[in-house]
Amino acid sequence: MTALGTTKNDTPAARGFRLRLDPWAAGAVVIAVLVALPVVTVVVMAMFPTENIWPHLLDTVLPGYVINTLELMAGVALGTILIGVTAAWLITMCEFPGRRIFEWALVLPLAMPAYVVAYVYTDILEFAGPVQGLLRDLTGWNTGRDYWFPEIRSLGGAITIMTMALYPYVYLLARSAFLEQSSGVGEAARTLGCSAWAAFRRVSLPMARPSIVVGVALVLMETLNDFGTVEFFAVETLTTGMFNVWLVMGNTGGGAQIAVVMLLFVIGLLIAERTARRRRGYHDTSTRPGRALRYKLSTGRRIAAVLVCAAPIVVGFVVPAGLLISYAIEFYDVSMENRFPQAAANSIMLAGLAAGIAAMVGLFLAYAVRMRKSRALTLLARFASLGYAVPGAVLAIGILFPFGLFDNALDRFMRDTFGVSTGLLLSGTIAALLFAYVVRFLALAYGTLEAGLGRVTPHMDDAARTLKHGPAKALIKVNLPIIRGSIMTAAILIFVDSMKELPATLLLRPFNFDTLATYVYQFASDELLEECALGALTIVAAGVIPVILLTRVMGRRRPDQEISVV
Amino acid sequence: MKLRTPLAAALILAPTAATAAGEVNVYSYRQPFLVKPLFDAFTKESGIKVNVVFARKGLIKRLQAEGRNSPADLIFTTDIGRLASVVNAGLAQPVKTPALEKAVPANFRDAEGKWYGLTLRARVVYASKDRVKPGAITSYEELADPKWRGRICTRKGDHAYNIAMLAAYIDHHGEAKAEEWLRGVKANLARKPQGNDRAQVKAIMEGVCDLAVGNHYYMALMLQNEKQKAWGQSANIVFPTLAGKGTHMNVSGVMMTRHAPNRANAIKLMEFLTGKTAQGIYAQVNNEYPIDPGVKASPLLESWGKFKRDTTRLEVIARNRAAALKIVNKVGYNDGPVTN
Repeated sequence: MTALGTTKNDTPAARGFRLRLDPWAAGAVVIAVLVALPVVTVVVMAMFPTENIWPHLLDTVLPGYVINTLELMAGVALGTILIGVTAAWLITMCEFPGRRIFEWALVLPLAMPAYVVAYVYTDILEFAGPVQGLLRDLTGWNTGRDYWFPEIRSLGGAITIMTMALYPYVYLLARSAFLEQSSGVGEAARTLGCSAWAAFRRVSLPMARPSIVVGVALVLMETLNDFGTVEFFAVETLTTGMFNVWLVMGNTGGGAQIAVVMLLFVIGLLIAERTARRRRGYHDTSTRPGRALRYKLSTGRRIAAVLVCAAPIVVGFVVPAGLLISYAIEFYDVSMENRFPQAAANSIMLAGLAAGIAAMVGLFLAYAVRMRKSRALTLLARFASLGYAVPGAVLAIGILFPFGLFDNALDRFMRDTFGVSTGLLLSGTIAALLFAYVVRFLALAYGTLEAGLGRVTPHMDDAARTLKHGPAKALIKVNLPIIRGSIMTAAILIFVDSMKELPATLLLRPFNFDTLATYVYQFASDELLEECALGALTIVAAGVIPVILLTRVMGRRRPDQEISVV
Repeated sequence: MKLRTPLAAALILAPTAATAAGEVNVYSYRQPFLVKPLFDAFTKESGIKVNVVFARKGLIKRLQAEGRNSPADLIFTTDIGRLASVVNAGLAQPVKTPALEKAVPANFRDAEGKWYGLTLRARVVYASKDRVKPGAITSYEELADPKWRGRICTRKGDHAYNIAMLAAYIDHHGEAKAEEWLRGVKANLARKPQGNDRAQVKAIMEGVCDLAVGNHYYMALMLQNEKQKAWGQSANIVFPTLAGKGTHMNVSGVMMTRHAPNRANAIKLMEFLTGKTAQGIYAQVNNEYPIDPGVKASPLLESWGKFKRDTTRLEVIARNRAAALKIVNKVGYNDGPVTN
């Protein structure tokens, strides 16, 4: 019988603020400092604006930017929670036709870059598109002045598109939380007379809340630093404002100041997340999954469940993929340019390396924090995750300057000392790109792995200690097998996101170097998506395969699986 | 971390920036598919390889961060604003050769030789063939005329092309008049500014608006594109005057970086691009107006006829850009016709 342990996390006051220096703590400090470098650079830039732009901005556009940004975030958060949690709960707790297909298909929209989805729906829903065309044929209306049609290029449009592109984050994290709750918990609730809804509301949801909150936080950070979609839909957010000040006014410091305002938004998000988490720290004392007992649904409810799961897949994946495929066929000759295979190879190599490195670094950080329970270390680790919330182009600038300083200083030293010029050692290389990806996506790894480790009861560490295992051995032998799914989740999220990453890649890459994202961009940014549909499809396909792998790995963990617990 | 260091070291050695003889390195704000035919022709003629990094944002910052060791020799960009900002950041070096000065008219190059225009783009008005009589609009000033209420479409006010146009307006009429004018244009908008220049012409076809503002070559691009042909055919192209002087012209240009490691090769490329062969390619492939008055534009552009060009030095226009952006924000241009 599974018991519900209510072991509270150590209260902050109980933890020490001192940082004992052992290899784990030292390693974590080094990582955090390196990863925080770009963010710190941006903050430093913000202190030296060329002109004080705040009076002008406050008078004119800034309130609008802030309101739009808040509305966008609220809308996307609501939308992704609604879709993500509902779908995850249906999939793990209910039995209905197609459930096993929906289980992985619901993740598919994650492989679609949001700006591509935005482009596709503009094509479909705009005046000249098939939907309004049909409407006009049916009604005899002629011009845009004869009737009203919802404007896709609007705040509402942006919320819808971003919800569709980002809900898989919430779904994935909610689902793995529901799965990792040993089914005994649900059974116990039901034995105690809970209805399905009550069991969800009173047991499953509170236990899954840390993961859901992590998912929503990821979604909101992606929302904050999205530029492509809001730009395309002409929604004026803080990101747009930052680019205006920075690029049009040529005021780097002023742009950095707006970036710092965005950072404050993110820090607010993170604090909210932590508060939510701290309030309830549950550990399931058993990882024995037991056998799944899913609710059997009535016919009406079965149909409803199918519709609820199918809708986001159709809207977020099937329709955009379909349109891209038709373009790719139509424009095959134009698309199949000789640079295309090289760009694909570059993308896969970079994304693979980034996923591996970031997952390992994230695991190291999360475990060091768990081991040390030091307040300072915890804060440091969270600070290191901020890179995720910085828009890619700003992050790139934050990398360019320290790297340039380092390269030039080293070059000067080498010439003065040995008479050898080393030139630019890191700037403009793949190393700089990889560094950018790790900084950008470490939050994904750290967040996922921290949540994963959080669900492993500390008794496991105690048990390992009684077996005289050191921290490293305890990690490998005890924790690693339990959080295998979380590690895969982290690595795959990072792989897919790195494949899509655009602004930092554009700016930091070496000469004559293309990834699929940059290759697609040069056409798509000119509204010539047809000519690069093949490239866009490849990004999607490269994202789809690991996504399917991921859900299979996680799916295997449900019933009758040997999870090796010591 | 343990694993990362040797891995990074191995990767750094692979694609280093080339500074060996026989190469020239370009940071380009223009898409590769636009400039590649030119670079290929140059390599064929000179044997010098052209290496390119393309990005739409921040290449100047990259140049700045890389400092004296930057591998970049040349910067390729559209829009006078960007050219000026590189000069202002102290990242350009003057280049003067007889060939360059002969090919590029004085108002389209920097007095010190810190940048040279390569092609010209006219900021034109597109007018609906069905709903706007020819001759009904001939100047930028008239865009603010209340008779166009609810009939104009443009892209966002803070886009570089619109900023340069407004900066030129400020140069001729002063800031106060320019603000008043932009308020008038805003009041005449048919919808919230969105999309690129091409999307505005499409909106004319859709009946959303009757006038649109855009760069001239989009008309050529639309007419050449099977899907977009109908958009282009729905509008006439008008070359408006500014203060009675002529149509506002912007440039795409080239400039040499301050620490260019391959200076000699870079000059060869600059001279090649202002030469007759490259100017011919620009005219044919991109449908831009050649910078060299001695080279003919494409037949399509020739068919639109001769028009007067505003001859204000672009350097002067560039100085008004920051003021222009502030006006755009102040009148809330991007909010569209509805005043909040």
